[in-house]
Amino acid sequence: MPIDVLMPALSPTMEQGKLAKWLKKEGDTVKSGDVLAEIETDKATMEVEAVDEGVLAKILVAEGTDEVKVNTPIAVIAGEGEDASAAQASSKASSGPETSKDAKVAESMPPVVTGEAPKVAAAPKSDSAVANPPQPDVEPEPEVPAGTEFVTMTVREALRDAMAEEMRRSGDVFVMGEEVAEYQGAYKVTQGLLQEFGAKRVIDTPITEHGFAGVATGAAFTGLRPVVEFMTFNFAMQAIDHIINSAAKTLYMSGGQLGCPIVFRGPNGAAARVGAQHSQDYTAWYSSIPGLKVIAPYTAADAKGLLKAAIRDPNPVVFLENEILYGQSFQVPKLDDFVLPIGKARVARAGKDVTIVSFSIGMSYALKAADELAKEGIEAEVIDLRTIRPLDIDTIIRSVAKTHRIVTVEEGWAQSGIGAEIGARLMEKAFDHLDAPVLRVSGKDVPMPYAANLEKLALPSVAEVIEAAKAVMYR
Amino acid sequence: MAVAARKPARTTAAPKSAQKPASKSAGKNGKGEARAWTKDEEVRAYREMLLIRRFEEKAGQMYGMGLIGGFCHLYIGQEAVVVGMQMATKEGDQVITGYRDHGHMLACGMDAKGVMAELTGRRGGYSRGKGGSMHMFSKEKHFYGGHGIVGAQVSLGTGLAFANSYRENGNVSLTYFGDGAANQGQVYESFNMAELWKLPVVYIIENNKYAMGTSVNRASAQTDFSKRGVSFNIPGEQVDGMDVRAVREAGERAIAWARSGKGPYILEMQTYRYRGHSMSDPAKYRTKDEVTRMREERDPIEQVRRRLLEQWKMKEEELKAIDAEVREIVNESAEFATHDPEPDPSELYTDIVL
Repeated sequence: MPIDVLMPALSPTMEQGKLAKWLKKEGDTVKSGDVLAEIETDKATMEVEAVDEGVLAKILVAEGTDEVKVNTPIAVIAGEGEDASAAQASSKASSGPETSKDAKVAESMPPVVTGEAPKVAAAPKSDSAVANPPQPDVEPEPEVPAGTEFVTMTVREALRDAMAEEMRRSGDVFVMGEEVAEYQGAYKVTQGLLQEFGAKRVIDTPITEHGFAGVATGAAFTGLRPVVEFMTFNFAMQAIDHIINSAAKTLYMSGGQLGCPIVFRGPNGAAARVGAQHSQDYTAWYSSIPGLKVIAPYTAADAKGLLKAAIRDPNPVVFLENEILYGQSFQVPKLDDFVLPIGKARVARAGKDVTIVSFSIGMSYALKAADELAKEGIEAEVIDLRTIRPLDIDTIIRSVAKTHRIVTVEEGWAQSGIGAEIGARLMEKAFDHLDAPVLRVSGKDVPMPYAANLEKLALPSVAEVIEAAKAVMYR
Repeated sequence: MAVAARKPARTTAAPKSAQKPASKSAGKNGKGEARAWTKDEEVRAYREMLLIRRFEEKAGQMYGMGLIGGFCHLYIGQEAVVVGMQMATKEGDQVITGYRDHGHMLACGMDAKGVMAELTGRRGGYSRGKGGSMHMFSKEKHFYGGHGIVGAQVSLGTGLAFANSYRENGNVSLTYFGDGAANQGQVYESFNMAELWKLPVVYIIENNKYAMGTSVNRASAQTDFSKRGVSFNIPGEQVDGMDVRAVREAGERAIAWARSGKGPYILEMQTYRYRGHSMSDPAKYRTKDEVTRMREERDPIEQVRRRLLEQWKMKEEELKAIDAEVREIVNESAEFATHDPEPDPSELYTDIVL
């Protein structure tokens, strides 16, 4: 039986990649373990190894092809004594949208990963709200002069550029963390920094979050400006004592003598299929700490402008990124020095009927829901918080004064979450504006499950946002 | 010479002989013979240790009067450690320690009034009354706290050394912690990075025999703390922390090592605290006898005092004059700390972010 070779997933969040090179050609004999091809994503290159033996009967995707979706058949291997032409026939039959049962061999194709985060490869997020990230309206911002040219850029590139620009600007800025230098970043966010700035300023640490968070904080006490990358914020729980007790509180405890200009950054929240210990959203935790600033951007432009602001800020800043957003593209203003103010939310879509407020990847649910609601004649106003602490409650209140209804969206848990905080503040400050209770769409009150279907259920969905928006409108 | 027989410094660690400190034997400082002490140096040590002791006694008294709140950890008995180490430093070297920090601040040259007023929570305190006993800082005197989380100062102090290395300024970080903190995980995370990156840091482990109420033997599998850096190739020594001369000598050796770019160095200071862990500790975990014996036979101030009288032929009256001068400073600080107003209520919301 001829066997289809499928485009493998390189990481929990990969959805497509480039077939860079075929190392075998049609007619070659293939043994288990032979490298068939090389595949590239925006952050890594890997080799596809054969699991089955036989003859490479047919190459279905030519080398150099971009945007090959995961699980697409890329070649056919005919078994010993099988007719290669039969295999071709088989592949034609199975190249439709529904892959044949032969396609299941993909599961037996362990990718050999080079330059990739040490994580379990898994199927891509099936119901990705961000396959094509919903774009906010490009609302003119005072920081962007009229007529500014925009360029398309991924969040990953925007973050990298922000760090590089700030490192060029000040010798006191350095980057420290696991795999940030020679490996070029576990998620390739620090790509190229080592080459430009050298090992003195781009520092690989041992796997020692508690220790290096303390070392960086101590260095910041002397006025240096460390940018500490956590491979994920899940690992920062090891370091949270220094983030809170050392970095956030010392200015106060020293009567204003000892500031701590430091940025703690890295991916936060759920990626895809990585289970409970790697999928927590810490936004609410850090947002409750006086002495910290907390930023959680959605777009690449905000990622860039706010990371630059965070690095310049004289206070400790927790900068929460999202792994799924890293590869998403947005319009970024082409300016020499694009810095956004910390603490300002942004109306990402104007509307009059209901306010939907969110941040980070939650914005993708919010914006998609707003699109759907528009089809039913409901004009939702969507607010991107961007900064969580200090919280721009005024922008939310202005919107609620207009819509009188609000839904909050976050991937984190509801209890003591960002939505809970917004609800409470609205009770205190905007009660008379509300015509309906504040509703929260959030991650479910469970540790993140691994199974694809359960994981999907545990996260918020566009449907839940739509349902909540209709509920507050009594529709 | 009326010098009590001193335990020779023992050197451990650094399996690579090339990495060994220049000397391990007593009487050497790495550059030849140990510097002999001048009378002025002995007087300075005496005065500074006495200032710490009198200050701490006064703090204990004021705590009893309800003027000082919360936790108050006294340094009485351990004075020779910080005073001897400070005598080995140069301007620009940083100091960071845990919560038993009043002595370190005074030894760094911080004003007794500001320290005492912080203990009483007054606006003239070093942290404007918002830090308290465990959280005081002076950038001017290169004192980086004053940290209440046991062991946190070890990573932070390693970070000060990282900054020195980054700036290539030739300064050394003196990072103090106790035998209790020595069992925290981040200590070893810091050791690893310090040696890996050859950071200029001297780790001073003040082994006062008890981590709160738990004796070293009941808490530590390896009770020779000078060996705690062995698996990272960090050299270490055990030092008689009750003898200010031994402390300064070892301190000079360790600081020279760190300053020359060879990386971190560990000094285990064998010392003793006379008082409880904090003011609220009745210290039932040890006998009165043990404390009395230590005070009578090993007291760091008494050792210098004897030398000043016998070796330097100072008169009792001269020493009394120093005592009076120190008492005056302490009394003034207590007076100030008692009458200085509390912080203005508006201070509640200042210094949170810049």
